[in-house]
Amino acid sequence: MNKTENQKAWLFVLPVVALVAFNAVIPLMTVVNYSVQETFGDNTFFWSGVLWFEQVLHSERFHASLGRQLLFTGTILVIEIPLGVAIALTMPRKGVWLSVCLVLMALPLLIPWNVVGAMWNIFALPDIGLMGWTLNKIGFDFNFTRQPGDAWFTLIIMDVWHWTSLVVLLAYAGLSSIPDAYYQAAKIDGAGRWAIFRHIQLPKMKRVLTIALLLRFMDSFMIYTEPFVLTGGGPGNSTTLLSIDLVKIALGQFDLGPAAAMSLIYFLIILLLSWIFYTVMMRNEEQ
Amino acid sequence: MRRTGWIVPTIYIIFLMLPIYWLVSMSFKTTNEILGGFSVFPQEFTIANYVTIFTDPTWYMGYVNSLAYVSLNTILSVSVALPAAYAFSRYRFIGDKHLFFWLLTNRMAPPAVFALPFFQLYSAVNLFDTHIAVALAHTLFNIPLAVWILEGFMSGVPKELDETAYVDGHSFWSFFLKIFIPTVAAGIGVAAFFCFMFSWVELLLAKTLTAVEAKPIAAIMTRTASTSGYELGLLAAAGTLTIIPGAFVIYFVRNYIAKGFALGRV
Repeated sequence: MNKTENQKAWLFVLPVVALVAFNAVIPLMTVVNYSVQETFGDNTFFWSGVLWFEQVLHSERFHASLGRQLLFTGTILVIEIPLGVAIALTMPRKGVWLSVCLVLMALPLLIPWNVVGAMWNIFALPDIGLMGWTLNKIGFDFNFTRQPGDAWFTLIIMDVWHWTSLVVLLAYAGLSSIPDAYYQAAKIDGAGRWAIFRHIQLPKMKRVLTIALLLRFMDSFMIYTEPFVLTGGGPGNSTTLLSIDLVKIALGQFDLGPAAAMSLIYFLIILLLSWIFYTVMMRNEEQ
Repeated sequence: MRRTGWIVPTIYIIFLMLPIYWLVSMSFKTTNEILGGFSVFPQEFTIANYVTIFTDPTWYMGYVNSLAYVSLNTILSVSVALPAAYAFSRYRFIGDKHLFFWLLTNRMAPPAVFALPFFQLYSAVNLFDTHIAVALAHTLFNIPLAVWILEGFMSGVPKELDETAYVDGHSFWSFFLKIFIPTVAAGIGVAAFFCFMFSWVELLLAKTLTAVEAKPIAAIMTRTASTSGYELGLLAAAGTLTIIPGAFVIYFVRNYIAKGFALGRV
């Protein structure tokens, strides 16, 4: 759309800017403030420069949480995006059945995150949970509170359960924007199932899949409540993702300096990776 | 080709429903039965857990608190996002692209990063433990989202609509309120749905910013689970009740949810 040059438009965005700035800039400045100072807990602060940043960047604990975070985010993206697309492709196009699908599939998205964690906790308990009990009955030695591997399995399957529907809904929205004429043309050309997917459906879904990928990346990188309720970061530290570690340091140990430095590094990693995703996908679009 | 198409969605939906079934089924069991052993269906069907929740104010006020700040947040986010989204979709102004991107970066800020500063900020302005504090804090990620969605819908409305209205003698506000807003009603519905959703499911900030007066139901659940032994039945009943408002909202916007993000601009 051709837009008009109008500086008064700033008046329209002013309320948004004011509210978001109040919520974002002031707390961000607080974090920056803490990250460069040292305190002994009596409300006197000393300048400490980049000490905390160096400390965090060299700490093995941070490397370990970051590694777990990358593994978690990578795994769920590799599962959820293709699975979501596959399900969207098999969705009915219209009718009552479509409404039923949409309502039931959207349900997990509307459940408070700690309820999701609690629900999966009782679902996966090895003695009284449906999944844990069944897995043990059919011969697996499953116990997510004791074995790190099982904890990871539960964590991943919980996230797949929770968020695949978002990818389905987005991919479905992309698919439903394809006019029937495209399919008829493909039929006349004798295109197979794969050719239709590769040359018609996938390009049309590209924009929504970019959104899906970005949202899933950002949200999975920030995940806190669900793993906290499900495993509490355990057993040991095996499922301590970045946010859980950060809250432990900030609110548990009250190490404000290191927590603030870690917050900023954490935020910058998300910004940087989102920007890379965004630029790469936009560049592909232009070609 | 389509004949076997129903299998995949059906299996997926069964997978989605299993944990929910388990939660609901557990909410109708007595604590003794739950801890006593494994049973697929409730053996001694009881509604005692629900009775506890609906008769104890410390429980049911949690729902009232949650619904209060979620509604407040939805109204606030959508109403300030409307003029902003209009500006982004219709006008070019200095710094518009940067501003849009800056808004989106707030969607990328981990709540864990902001928990402590938020606590200090809202304590400093005397809003700690109020519904307003949580509603305001949640605008951090809901306003960018609402602007994003609304801008997409508004860009789909041809500019001729604005011009015709001015020719017909409408003032800007009369056009905006009487003609434009009804035209993008679907977009407003979708934006409100997503604001409701992300405010309803968020816990970390809501928990940090409240103590007693405005404590959300989700936070009450975590507290009760750790102090009074681990009353799984009660926990399951409270959890089941948190699913209902969401299910209700989805039912009303089911035809629009799929379009929601798709029309937004990336």
